[in-house]
Amino acid sequence: MANHEERTFEEAITNITRPKKPSAISASATFAWRALLRIRYVPEQLFDVTVFPIIFLLMFTYLFGGAISGSTGEYLDFVLPGILVMTVAMITMYTGLDLNKDIEKGVFDRFRSLPIWRPAVLVGALFVDAVRYLIASTIMITLGYILGFRPEAGFIGVVLGVLLLLFFAFSLSWIWTMLGIIVRTEKALMAMSMMILFPLTFLSSVFVDPTTMPGWLQKFVDINPITFVVDAVRGLVHGTDATNDILMVLYISIGLILIFGPLTMYFFRNKN
Amino acid sequence: MNQNKHTYAVEATNLVKIFGNDRAVDGVSLKVPKGIVYGFLGPNGAGKTTTIRMLATLLKPNEGEASVMGYDLVKDADSVRQSISLTGQFASVDEELSGRENLIFIGRLVGFTRKEAKKRADELLKAFKLEEASKRQVKKYSGGMRRRIDIAASIVTSPDLLFLDEPTTGLDPRSRNQVWDIIRALVKNGTTVFLTTQYLEEADQLADLIGVIDQGKLIAEGTSKELKASIGAGSLTVHFDDMDELEKARVIFAGQLEQSPEADVREISLTVPIKEHAKAAKAIGELANANVQIKDFSMSQPSLDEVFLTLTGKLPESEGGDESNGKS
Repeated sequence: MANHEERTFEEAITNITRPKKPSAISASATFAWRALLRIRYVPEQLFDVTVFPIIFLLMFTYLFGGAISGSTGEYLDFVLPGILVMTVAMITMYTGLDLNKDIEKGVFDRFRSLPIWRPAVLVGALFVDAVRYLIASTIMITLGYILGFRPEAGFIGVVLGVLLLLFFAFSLSWIWTMLGIIVRTEKALMAMSMMILFPLTFLSSVFVDPTTMPGWLQKFVDINPITFVVDAVRGLVHGTDATNDILMVLYISIGLILIFGPLTMYFFRNKN
Repeated sequence: MNQNKHTYAVEATNLVKIFGNDRAVDGVSLKVPKGIVYGFLGPNGAGKTTTIRMLATLLKPNEGEASVMGYDLVKDADSVRQSISLTGQFASVDEELSGRENLIFIGRLVGFTRKEAKKRADELLKAFKLEEASKRQVKKYSGGMRRRIDIAASIVTSPDLLFLDEPTTGLDPRSRNQVWDIIRALVKNGTTVFLTTQYLEEADQLADLIGVIDQGKLIAEGTSKELKASIGAGSLTVHFDDMDELEKARVIFAGQLEQSPEADVREISLTVPIKEHAKAAKAIGELANANVQIKDFSMSQPSLDEVFLTLTGKLPESEGGDESNGKS
């Protein structure tokens, strides 16, 4: 009995040579698989993805709808694309928080000591985050439809709007991955993310038409990236011309990736 | 190819790591021959973890250079990563996943196919007696099981060099012995193990070569025996029937030996450090000449605690404190 145990032990630890290292895609897919498994074990982490959108939508539609647009139905058509953008933008910060937790717990060290394509750690996680954004978008649009939201460009318009939003969210996430690596504690990271996201989402065209705002505020709102995203998504969903906004969103997104992608990888490599 | 020419698993010259104003590692030079257990011994904050993190390519040294398994630490970091595994001091697997999933996950990352990764995971779970817990989340594991899955994750493929950062801190004696057995078996099968510890007994039991580190500097290096020898031959303890005899002996010892003896009133004994064995024999002889009645006497090897006390002027802390942020 003891001898047999000894043998399985010896066998298990004797020379197992390393196979060829996995491709970038395979490594990324493995990290995505891990993120999906985590959702299965901790479904609560989908809480903010599912409950946020519902609360926001109900609150803003019925609280402000009558006051802002005269009727809740009209306001819903206006505000739903806005809240959609706001919610997804808010959820992107969890990318950084998850990464920060991996670092704090120590498992990040294991990843960094493996001979793999290093961005895989982040790309895999971002891919699963895209799934989260999609869940949030689906919930919000479905609920909106039940409440009376009618996209004038139909289903295709909604799909295009969501796709654009997902691309923007993916690009925005690289800010959080960078901060997730350099900020020391989860609390500080949370506070920092909020400080960036709250003004950006509220001081935008999410809730009201910027022409009703004082001039100095309009100036900020007009250059706020979130405003471009909201206007682009609104245009796609309702079939109005938003070509300029869509182009701006693409420029901004690509710019975010080009700046924060390399910065993230720099800090990833040189993490102390 | 070229790594076979090297007889050293680690060759480091003058490694320095600075955090702000703190020279966490301050000029450490090391040579670790292949196939041994190297014990890196030091108190909290001595620079053990920082050194290991540099050697495992997680931190770039500010000064100095090192090769690991023949590859340059900085220029050829990816080849270094191909030959090493690291089991960090804290979570080195994903606590939210089950033990089996963690091993499959690592297996996939080192390049196994899904099927191979599963087979390897089951093999390791069996060998490390974790079969029953294989489907449980790692955060629900006991301390000993945690450590075993941490190490299993490090040997999904056999590394040439395994870094273990305080592998037994916080474990009960039984789990500690299990980890020791695993380490011994790994070394028997050709893996070089570089471990840090604040337990003197652990270094004594496991390590073929011990480096003592304090405040970022390597202050002594050698086998357990060599380190002990540099401190002296050990100490002589003599038990007496009563205190009168003890007091007589104390006077004789004071005349015979360089260091004054310490008395234990409850045990009615004297203990005195000895430089050479011959002097101890002579001192005992003098007691007989003076007709001092002794109950028994014994010689003991010096403990590593004494080694540390002599080298640094203070005892190493026994309990693990905060070593986060790689600042140990």
